[in-house]
Amino acid sequence: MSESKDHGHDHPHGHGHGHGHAPHPFQPDIEDGPITEHMVLTRAVTELMIEKGVFAAEDLRQKLEYMQSRNPGLGARLVARAWTDPAFAARLIEDANAAAKELDIDAGVVEIRALADRPGLHNVIVCTLCSCYPVMLLGNSPDWYKSREYRSRVVREPRAVLAEFGTEIPEGTELRIHDSTAELRYFVIPERPAGTEGWSEERLAEIVTRDCMIGTALPKVATE
Amino acid sequence: MAKRRHHDMGGLDAGPVEIADHDHAPWEKQVNAMLRLLADSERGVMTVDELRRGIEDLGPGAYDELSYYERWISSIANILLEKSVIEVDELGRKMAEVEARMHEAQAASGKAEAGKGAP
Repeated sequence: MSESKDHGHDHPHGHGHGHGHAPHPFQPDIEDGPITEHMVLTRAVTELMIEKGVFAAEDLRQKLEYMQSRNPGLGARLVARAWTDPAFAARLIEDANAAAKELDIDAGVVEIRALADRPGLHNVIVCTLCSCYPVMLLGNSPDWYKSREYRSRVVREPRAVLAEFGTEIPEGTELRIHDSTAELRYFVIPERPAGTEGWSEERLAEIVTRDCMIGTALPKVATE
Repeated sequence: MAKRRHHDMGGLDAGPVEIADHDHAPWEKQVNAMLRLLADSERGVMTVDELRRGIEDLGPGAYDELSYYERWISSIANILLEKSVIEVDELGRKMAEVEARMHEAQAASGKAEAGKGAP
């Protein structure tokens, strides 16, 4: 992600488009696949909502654009800052939503809790009942996060599940699995890996992937 | 012991995790954005808890057979019907009209018959 420059805002709201001309977000999705019943249902409900004035086409366009701006780079910036600034790390663990504001990141109104790994402790997140996830900081969750296999098994045999991701957690390390809800979501602050001494926040953020903040992967330093 | 409902799957047996992901299709993004508009504090037409209840109420068959956002839009539509925000007849009419329009547009774009057609 080439989001290394800290230019104050983190999503592009209106780059000079969208003014004056008629909104037309309802062009057919020219998708390669067949038109399914649920695609039709989605379009139909959307059009009814607009016709009834529940929301405007422009509201939907803006929301789509906003959701597009949510991505793991936001969470990664928080982790990188926490790695380089212990006082910030403490504030992030205390109140992640407020700490995110310090970096001009909108974490939303639903409580998000940062779970810090430390030697001997590794955290993993899941939502066994549905698919709750810190979308505001990580973007949309991956398909596997919402799968029956992950939701069922990660709470009972986390080591085996993580091994399927190629992540080996030493026997002596405690694994804590956090089950998310609609009111409380989590993300993981992994341990800063060795070999990153003196790195800038931007460089650190690049090794903090989405899966590192779910807990199914650990940050890796490429060895040449 | 209380009987588990089908969505309550924590701790059960299941196969290996298929570590797959896909880019969301435009219609899936639209479902996601629409839910966020309907559930925001300004509109409050429905809540995320209602969305989840609606998904759970789809029953075990649909829960496992539908894709993620198919479950979402089914739940959203059912809840809007339940709350009389929309009526069954108008939804039916709108769907027929939309479907005709979508097929026309796909035909015009030269991609007709590329797929197997609607199920």
